[in-house]
Parts: sequence; C-alpha cells; structure tokens
Amino acid sequence: MGRNIEYTTVSEVAGPLMIVENIKDVAYNEVVKIRTSYGEERTGQVLEVYENKAVVQVFEGTRGLDTDKTSARFIGETMRLGVSKDMVGRIFDGTGNPLDDAPPIIPEERRDINGNPINPYAREYPREFIQTGISAIDGLNTLVRGQKLPIFSGSGLPHNDLAAQITRQARVLGREEKFAVVFCAMGITSEEANFFIKDFENTGAIEKTVMFLNLADDPTIERVILPRMALTCAEYLAFNLDMHVLVILTDMTNYAEALREIAAAREEVPGRRGYPGYMYTDLAAIYERAGRIKNKKGSITQIPLLTMPDDDITHPIPDLTGYITEGQIVLDRGLHKKGIYPPINVLPCLSRLMDRGIGKGRTREDHAGVANQLYAAYAEGVDLRDLVAIVGEDALSERDKKFLHFADEFEEKFVSQDAHENRTIEQTLNIGWELLSKLPLSELKKIDEKHIKKYHPQTQPKKE
Amino acid sequence: MTKKTVEGKIIRISGPVIEADRMRGAKMYDVVRVGDEHLIGEIIRLNEDIATIQVYEETSGLKPGEKVVSTNEPLSVELGPGLLTNIYDGIQRPLPAIKDETGDFISRGVEAYALDRKKRWHFKPLVKKGDRVQSGDVIGEVQETSLILHRVMIPPDVPGGVVKSVVDEGDYGIEDEIMVIKLGNSSDKVIGIRMFHRWPVRKPRPVAEKYDPSLPLITGQRVIDTFFPVAKGGTAAIPGGFGTGKTVMLHQLAKWSDANVIVYVGCGERGNEMTDVLREFPELEDPKTGEPLMNRTVLIANTSNMPVAARDASVYTGITIAEYYRDMGYDVALMADSTSRWAEAMREISGRLEEMPGEEGYPAYLASRLAEFYERAGRVRLLGSKKIEGSLSVMGAVSPPGGDFSEPVAQNTLRIVKVFWALDADLADKRHFPSINWLKSYSLYLSEVSSWWEKKIGGDWLGLRNKAMALLQKESELQEIVKLVGPDALPPREKAFLETGRMLREAFLQQSAFHEVDTYCPEKKQYDMLRIILSFSDKMHEAVEKGVHMDDIISIKSRELIARMGTFSNIDFEKHFKEIEQNMEKEIDNLIKKQNSNMTKGE
Ligand SMILES: Nc1ncnc2c1ncn2[C@@H]1O[C@H](COP(=O)(O)OP(=O)(O)O)[C@@H](O)[C@H]1O
Ligand SMILES: [Mg+2]
Repeated sequence: MGRNIEYTTVSEVAGPLMIVENIKDVAYNEVVKIRTSYGEERTGQVLEVYENKAVVQVFEGTRGLDTDKTSARFIGETMRLGVSKDMVGRIFDGTGNPLDDAPPIIPEERRDINGNPINPYAREYPREFIQTGISAIDGLNTLVRGQKLPIFSGSGLPHNDLAAQITRQARVLGREEKFAVVFCAMGITSEEANFFIKDFENTGAIEKTVMFLNLADDPTIERVILPRMALTCAEYLAFNLDMHVLVILTDMTNYAEALREIAAAREEVPGRRGYPGYMYTDLAAIYERAGRIKNKKGSITQIPLLTMPDDDITHPIPDLTGYITEGQIVLDRGLHKKGIYPPINVLPCLSRLMDRGIGKGRTREDHAGVANQLYAAYAEGVDLRDLVAIVGEDALSERDKKFLHFADEFEEKFVSQDAHENRTIEQTLNIGWELLSKLPLSELKKIDEKHIKKYHPQTQPKKE
Repeated sequence: MTKKTVEGKIIRISGPVIEADRMRGAKMYDVVRVGDEHLIGEIIRLNEDIATIQVYEETSGLKPGEKVVSTNEPLSVELGPGLLTNIYDGIQRPLPAIKDETGDFISRGVEAYALDRKKRWHFKPLVKKGDRVQSGDVIGEVQETSLILHRVMIPPDVPGGVVKSVVDEGDYGIEDEIMVIKLGNSSDKVIGIRMFHRWPVRKPRPVAEKYDPSLPLITGQRVIDTFFPVAKGGTAAIPGGFGTGKTVMLHQLAKWSDANVIVYVGCGERGNEMTDVLREFPELEDPKTGEPLMNRTVLIANTSNMPVAARDASVYTGITIAEYYRDMGYDVALMADSTSRWAEAMREISGRLEEMPGEEGYPAYLASRLAEFYERAGRVRLLGSKKIEGSLSVMGAVSPPGGDFSEPVAQNTLRIVKVFWALDADLADKRHFPSINWLKSYSLYLSEVSSWWEKKIGGDWLGLRNKAMALLQKESELQEIVKLVGPDALPPREKAFLETGRMLREAFLQQSAFHEVDTYCPEKKQYDMLRIILSFSDKMHEAVEKGVHMDDIISIKSRELIARMGTFSNIDFEKHFKEIEQNMEKEIDNLIKKQNSNMTKGE
C-alpha cells in the first residue's frame, strides 16, 4: 500500500515540526522515518493529517532538515516499543535503542507506547503499605503500592538524594517479591544520571533497573515520548511478568517544557503561562498509568520528580501534576537552609491513598490519630512562629509556648534523619509519641482515648 | 420520517477532532461512526458538505479517506431498569461489559448495550386495558434494587392515549413489549411501550412546572447542613485547589445525602477514585434503611486518561439519567467531579475548531453551557396526571488553576449556583477537614430550609446557627488583633471568644470523613452539638464576668468531652450529651463559687 514511498515533498520546517505534502494513506499518530540530505536517519510522528498533507513532529530535532532533499517514509504503525524481560538491567536512549554495549534485545512483543487506559472497573484499589524508612513519608504521607506520588522540589534541593533513598529503602513488610525499577531521565545532566547509576550500582539495584535516558544535551523533543516508553516497559513488567515496578520520572519539568515547545511551534493558542491547554490531559495519560489491577500480582508505583520554577507550587507544572497524582511530597528551601534533610515541609504534602493504607493490620492502629495530631500540632506551632516574630515569645501563654517548641523538635527529630537511616514504621510512630507527650494531654484530641492509654509514653497521664 | 443514511469520508484528523467531506444531509449533534473501527463521534459543526466531528475514542491510526456514517440520531442514553449499581463510560457503555470484551485495558471500537438485554425483571402493571394514560404516567413497577422501585413510565415524547393491551405481572426483558396504547382519538394508530426508552442527552427531559426548593438535602456533614445547606433540587459548587477536599466531600455527599438516587460523574479525574466508590459503596449501609448504598447509585466514569471528547458527553449522560429517576418522583442528587475538566474539554475541542477564544482560551459559550447544565436541577412537578413532585440536586466540583477562584470556570459557576462551598488550602494544610472556609462560603437556601429545621429539630435552629456564625466572625477579627499584640494581651472576655471560636472550629466544623462514627452526623446530633458548644460559651462568659480565670475554665474535664462530641455513637448520643452538658455547667458553677468565696475571703 505505498508504504515504502519516500516522500521528498517536505514543504515547511518550523521548530520541531515538519510538513510533508502530496502524501497518501497516512494515519494519525503514525511514525515517520526521516532522512536528511546527508543521509542521517531521524524519527517523527504525525501530529495532524489531511488528505494530502501531514504535520510531523520530529524527535531528534529538525536541525539540518531542508525542504529540498529531506525525505520522509511513513512506516504504517504508531510508535511502538519492543518489550522483553531482558530489558531489566539495560539502558536505552530516547528512542528506545540500547545505549550500553550489550546486543539489542529481542522483543517478545511490540507495544504501542501510548498504551490504553486501565478500565476503572478492573483496577484494584492500592492499599499495601510501602515502608520507605523516611518518617515524614511513612508517618505522615504514607506511600502504597500502585500509587503515583511525586516529589515537588526546587533547583538545588536534594530531591535526587531523596529519590535514591526511597529506591534503596522501599519495601513491603514481610514479603519477598519480584521487583524492578524503571528509571526515566528527561533532560537531567549526566552528572545527575551518574549519581543515580552509581547509587543503584552500590546497592545492586542496577541489576533490577531499566534505564531510559535523555540527557540535557539530547534532543528535547524526545522527552515527549520517553516516559511513554518507560511506562510501556513498566506495564509489561508489572502486568505480564508480575513484578512490582517502581517508576522514577525525572524531571517532569523538562517534559512539560518539551510539550510547550511543540505547542508553540504549532502556533496553538497557549494556555496558562504558555503551556498548552491540554497539558492536564497529556500529563494524566502518563500519571494514570500507575496502579494495580484486580487478579494481577504486579503493580506500578510512580515517583515523578519535578522542579517547581521559582519554588512556586501554583506554577502549571506542579499545579496540574498535583491535580492528577495521588498526593505530593514537597521540599522546602527554608528547611534545607536550616540543614534539615530530607527538607520535607509536611504541611503542603499529601498522600491521598494513606487513609486506607494505614491502621490496624496495615501499619499500626494509632497511626491515623498520631499523624493527624502531629499535623495539627505542627501547623499550630508554625503559626505561632509568625506571631513570635512580631510580639516575642513572652507574649505567649504557657500552652502556646509548648506548641512553639513542639514545631522545632518536630523538624529536628521527626522530619530530619540521615540519608542512610532506615526507620521502621514503629520507630517513626514512637518518635511521634515522644514529641506529642510534651504537649498537655488534653490537647491530644485527635487521638483515640484507647490509643492514648496504650501508647502514650507517660504511664501516669494525670500530671501535667 | 425519511431515513437517509449519510456517508462521507475523513479529510482531516487532529487529535479527537476530525473533519469529513460529503456529509450534506447529516444533522448537527448527530452521532456518527468513524472509520473502519466504527469509532463513535458526534457532529459539532456543519459547513456545506463538511462536518466537524468530535470522536469519543482514541483516533490514533485513523486515516483520511476512511468512511464516516451518520446514525441519524443524536447522542442518546438508554433509560430503564438496570442503571443502578452500574458503572458506565462517558457515552454510557458499561465498564464491566467492556472489561469482559477487551480485558483490563480499554481498547476502542467496543460495542456494548447500556442495559442488559438478557436480564429478566419482575414487572407489575399498574394500569389496565381501557385506562387513559399520558406522558409521564407510571404504568408499572419493577423492583430494580432493594432500595429503588423502578417506575416504568410513558416516555415524555409519547403522546397520551388509551391502553389497548398490557401484559400480566411476570418476568420480562427490557425489549419485550409490555403494553400497547392507542394514540389520541384515531383508533388505528398504536404504539408499543417497553420497559426502556432512549433519550437525547443534550435535551432536558420536560417537566410540568418548576418550584422553588424548600426542603434541605441532609448530608450528615455539619458545616454543610448547619452552616451552608443545600436544598433538594438546589445547586452547589465546591471549588478548591488540588488536595483541598473536593472529591472526599463529593463522595461524602454521595454516601450520606438523603436523596433516593445518586448519580456520580467522575469527569476527567482519577481512575482510583472510581474504584474506591466501587469498592466501598456496596459495603456501606444507607443510614435510613440499612441497605447497601450501591443500590441507589449510578456511576459515570470518564477518567483523565480516557478520551477527552467523552468528558463533555459524560456530564450530559449523567444528568439525563438523573432526570429520569427524578421523573419517577424521586429525590435525585448528582455530583460532578470535576466540572473544570469538562470545561477544559470544551476548550480543547474549541481550540481544534479554531473558534474565537474567549477568556483564558475558553469558548465564548462556556457560561451558557454551564448555566444550561445547572438549570437542569430543580424541584419540579412532573408530567403525568398524578401531579407528583421530584427533585434533582446538582453539586459540581471546580478545580481552579493554582487554586485561584478568579478564573472563568469558577466565576461563571458562582454566578449560577446558589451554594458556594469555598475550599481553603490553608485549612487543608492544617488538616482542618472539611476545609470549607466558613467566612467565604454562603448558601442562598438558608431561609428556605430553616422552617424545616425549626419544625423538625429545634425551634431556635436559625438563631443558634446565626449566633455561631457571628462568633466565628468575631473570632476571626480577634485573631487579627492577636497577630499584633499576642494572645496574652487580650482581656479575659476576648479570650473567651477565642476559646469559643476554637471549639466551634475543632469540635463542630471539623469532621473526619474517615472516622467510623463521625463520617455521618444526624440532624439532631448536629443541633445538640451546636447548642452545647454555645451554652459552654455562655457559661464561660458568665464565669469570666465573675472573675474566673480562663486557664481554669479550659482545664475543666468536660471541655475535652465537648471537643469529642462528634465521635459519640449516633444512636445514643443524647444521654451522653445531657451528661456532658450538666457536668460542664456544674464544673463552671463550681469555679464561680470558688471565685466568689475567694473574693469574700480576700475582702
Ligand atoms: N472530610 C475530610 N476528612 C478527612 N480527610 C479529608 C477530608 N477531606 C479531605 N481530606 C483529606 O484530603 C485529601 C485530599 O482530598 P480530595 O478530596 O482528594 O482533594 P481534591 O479532590 O480537592 O483534590 C484526602 O485524601 C484526605 O486525606
Ligand atoms: Mg479530587
């Protein structure tokens, strides 16, 4: 069906886009093989198609393309990735070709990288507690298997250390199961990529890791397909090979920039701050690929990392992400400057799947109450700091002073921990109790009375 | 009616929007089948021979030249027994059937009937041969679920007539003809009636008359029922940034509202949130009947990763199903999470049509679409000879970018709806849930519903409510002063106001959706809690006037119990509350006595 026609009818090249005329029988989203006048091969994808004309987005960039000799061949299928169990332990580039020296993999199946939406009726609600060993997460923003929980960071903050620590320490209590890490790097520096590779090597995780790398100096436009390839691989590992897959996507800000670039080249009406109006839907197509499926053993847990431009959480990238993901872990420059690692500001953090993933039989019966009480007390203490800045500590009542000190201790003892410290959930909750025991007993209104009796360190609760 | 099949061919594909040539004769909003896989689409613009079509399924792989065939019918839903407990996609395909056909992932081109053709329902006729019937009349019943008696009606578009024949009570499928009526006066024109009919989603189902709502929709959520109530047949919006509690609140309303039927539309939101409802509702009991809540619920799911064009359809599909149960005389409540995703879908399609963009790229018709949607809510007198009433309440989440309510979807919605539940990110950060800001929210139904409360629950309901509101306002003003001078500098009387404010916030306004008891708070309990907090406040002021120290008051034992009132059993809270109130009065009276004797001693 004319599939092998090499069209040399490129009429226009602009930004990451190219227009090919006088074409026939071309499908929407079809993959295009492009050859430059000097014989270099590139890949593209049809963004819009008319009876005789196609708008093509070129992944490796349009530099060097011309309207004279450049040729385009439409390959008759949408973007696909060959998947196989042998991908584990390997490194791939932005178009899915191996970057390591090992031979190309022999795919067991070739899959459309866009995948299909999971039928909500087929989903299993994620409830299985993952212990990360990090108190601010386990105690207050619990991660569960199948969740998508991003880290909102800022430039220069230690989000890579945190992501690496999570990858090192994350485990489900009492189980030994098949797991894998899918690491998808979009536009990060080679230094950052090496940091992860080294860390994975040190822990042996590298054997269980599939890497997809598009580094800072690689073509930006590839970043639009990279997470889709990574997730296609993850879906295969999780739902065909029964593995528990942790997917790290970094940095989603670079992904969004690439989207914006395409939108601008298409002269689309821009949405907020120049990002396309469909960015919500586009990001959802990535994040919603996390989850669990009924009667399947495996799972996909996503930890996307993003840097908030200007540390602004209302910027469209974190904003739209937060609207889709099941919570967020927010890093804070103020805490970082105080020397607190991990600098997690728990107040704007959230884990939406926590409520049903904790409690008796999952973590511990007092977990919800302790978490709520820690939150309420810390929020009150932080509010009081503002007040103290104006009126001084002496103007506070005895009660308020306790909350003020609580906030400091909370940051120093609960949030702060070593990058290699792996706390059990019991340890985390016990630190919580120790801090709460310094508040008046009558203030612990969020904790069930029976749990106070059982877990409060003061056995003689009458005294103040 | 002439049925001419229009058949054209694709000439352009751009995401969910395609153009087809040779479509002359097709009608605006007609459903078409697109391409070799018969994808479902809807005509959204006609220009000479060219139709622009939004496609409800993924368009990857579609090619110019493929066929487009008009079905000659607007986008419609099937209405009949079997809707309840089901979960549908945006164009009413049942997700369980799709799963059977294509597995765990949704692929396209699936055909599935909305209503099961094989299932037999026990039908009981309520009319007999020779009876006169008209549109809207109930002609028989089917026990659809343990909670809902499905009333089979003469569809609104079938004119009245005389019953020519009707089947006996027994088990029938929805396609069986259960009745034949002779139309009007001409004796030869007859029409067969079945247990289901089709209705175009964009056309509101007709009613005889619209009334002003007057009864509260009781939700079991204190901040709503007591402070910002919604009426049966009313409209409400719940805007808030991400993580402020829109979905949890809509789930709470779906669980605990005292409506008969719930239609929950998940529009462009998370898959797991629909799964959550599917998992939880069959296990939860209706507080009034003890039956599983799922038995009164219909779910519509167009999650954020499902095709964007079907987002628009999902909202209309949902509201048409809701109107259908209203037409049976039920109180129906619809929740839409989130209307912003629907508006964004409009924006995306409009952009692809290259329409003139309005504010922030939204199409100029955004405001009218939203208004038309909420206008389908209401308390109404139904068609039919019995003059029955029904109601449809509509509650929509709004997801403003950056949590800033000044954007077009929030603003246009607030111009229409009568209740505004303003979610507040600061409150959510502090884990004050539901994080509805009590100073910014409002309800325009307050005076309408207060007579119900005062008659059924307590004669001074409105007075208490307004007093509490005033105290919260006062607290907020004092907080501003505290920020300048610190709390210790305030005179005791002012400190008492702060304590009342804190108690109202922590014990009354806050209510955890995840607490096994407090998730639902019956009307009387709400009233008693408010009354006790206010009497604590009065008593506190009395004591302070007499010179009792605030520190002593806040150390009394009952204060802690007042703070925990929400967690007392919903069945026998009254006896505990009475005790708490008496103890509180006794404890404070003792403090006053002690103070008096100290003073006499001192003199
Ligand atoms: N009424 C409530 N009670 C307890 N927790 C709540 C309540 N409302 C919200 N939350 C908490 O806030 C989180 C986010 O709420 P959600 O409704 O999902 O937000 P949104 O839909 O506005 O993004 C929930 O996962 C839950 O932890
Ligand atoms: Mg939500």
